[in-house]
Amino acid sequence: MRVVVDYDLCESNAVCMGIAPEVFEVRDDDFLYVLQDEPDESLREKVEQAATRCPKQAITIEG
Amino acid sequence: MAESHVVVVGASLAGLQAAVTLRAEGFAEAVTVVGEEPHRPYDRPPLSKQVIAGDWDADRVALPAGAGASLDVTWELGTGAAGLDLAGRRVLLADGRALTFDGLVIATGAHPRPLPGVGALEGVHTLRTLEDALAVRAALDGGARRVVVVGAGFIGAEVAASCRQRGAEVTLVEPLPQPLARVLPEQVGAVLAEVHRSHGVDVRLGVGVEAIEGLGRVQGVRLADGTTVAADLVVVGIGVVPATGWLEGSGLTLDDGVVCDETTLAAPGVVAAGDVARWPNARYGEVMRVEHWEHAIDMGTHAARRLLADLAGEPGEPFAPVPWFWSDQYDRKVQLAGRPRPTDRFEVVAGSLAEARFCGLFGRDGQVVAALGMNMPGRVVRYRRELQDGLSWDDALAGAAPAVPPTS
Ligand SMILES: Cc1cc2nc3c(=O)[nH]c(=O)nc-3n(C[C@H](O)[C@H](O)[C@H](O)COP(=O)(O)OP(=O)(O)OC[C@H]3O[C@@H](n4cnc5c(N)ncnc54)[C@H](O)[C@@H]3O)c2cc1C
Ligand code: SF4
Repeated sequence: MRVVVDYDLCESNAVCMGIAPEVFEVRDDDFLYVLQDEPDESLREKVEQAATRCPKQAITIEG
Repeated sequence: MAESHVVVVGASLAGLQAAVTLRAEGFAEAVTVVGEEPHRPYDRPPLSKQVIAGDWDADRVALPAGAGASLDVTWELGTGAAGLDLAGRRVLLADGRALTFDGLVIATGAHPRPLPGVGALEGVHTLRTLEDALAVRAALDGGARRVVVVGAGFIGAEVAASCRQRGAEVTLVEPLPQPLARVLPEQVGAVLAEVHRSHGVDVRLGVGVEAIEGLGRVQGVRLADGTTVAADLVVVGIGVVPATGWLEGSGLTLDDGVVCDETTLAAPGVVAAGDVARWPNARYGEVMRVEHWEHAIDMGTHAARRLLADLAGEPGEPFAPVPWFWSDQYDRKVQLAGRPRPTDRFEVVAGSLAEARFCGLFGRDGQVVAALGMNMPGRVVRYRRELQDGLSWDDALAGAAPAVPPTS
């Protein structure tokens, strides 16, 4: 599983971070950082939820 | 045994999420989603932001889960529910048909509160639906230049910001002494007011609206202090009323919303979710109704599971979330987690009010009850997680505050 964020869409509201802090982190510079591009399968459900809930639909999961 | 049938009334965020959850939980029987609006479910937050600002086309607001054919439900769109026959297990539609159900999800949201005593005048709008937003946008496209926004709550404030972005002159009128004075302490409301002033908005606080003037079409807004503000476009954002008209006389308890138990059950086989639902949130010992985007998703999910448990004769679990909300105005992102009151103590723990970039905590009875951020979304989300487990005021201020790692 590969996590791809479209930074043109992302508005740094940290919804994804609330759901999967292991993978997504919005820092004080107001940018979203993806901590793991290829998270472990055990995180799939959380990452999928983050992708579904992202109000901007900025997250896609490949594979 | 006949196939069982779940009817979801309200085809928006909470209703859609309930339908998605029913399928995700393996419910394989019939699901019908009834919606008064002619559209498949769409997202409201962009309406006051990108749609009015002219940045987004209308088709971008569609909610993906409801857009395609992948969700196996029957859509009944463009016809509202007009009544509920609880004993007969039937939803009565406005066009005279009736749908029988075994399980019912109530997710009819809320309607904007109209300004009392104001008749229909062209150029006066409220904002809830896509059509509302397109009408405001069309007015701006058509040359409206003097905008009065009534109400400096989150939606009013966002509309003011979007209209400024379009180059209109904007007056923001708020009867309370500061924006959001019912939830936030004055010094925080003052920061919000200042953000608007620095963007050229004429902010009038502590003054109500006496009348909207005009013949057929709006010309001005007369304020309680006797002044009149000229206007060719007025947007009223003074709150919402839960859409429970169709449930009157049904036997369900209605009191500023559909009243549910702590598990979101309103009656046997009937659940409610989203802006329309009021329920006792055990975390706060308070019966509440929450009008936030993520709340509609969370409660829609919970209510659908609760309904399936009820249909299977199983008990449900309490729904006790920490509410969470965001609002975008200009380049400011406001985020609020928890349930503050204006009487709570408030302390800034990062950034400063002066630079309109901060994170602050609200405390009551030795506990942190809420976190508010402006342009510090990561911090608010961290606090939100801590609020879920309970966070004492002393621990939070003693530097146990979650530090956000520096920029790499
Ligand atoms: C302009 C705007 C901006 C917002 N911005 C934010 C934001 O930035 N952040 C945030 O957290 N929240 C925001 N919100 C709030 C958020 O959008 C709502 O909390 C959310 O839409 C609630 O979802 P819901 O499904 O409960 O209700 P609604 O979205 O109101 O949906 C209810 C649906 O039920 C339909 N309905 C009503 N009566 C009937 C009937 N009798 N029969 C059939 N259908 C019926 C309605 O037509 C509607 O489609 C915003 C809301 C608005 C209006
Ligand atoms: S939820 Fe979406 S918009 Fe928000 S920070 Fe994450 S990727 Fe960006």
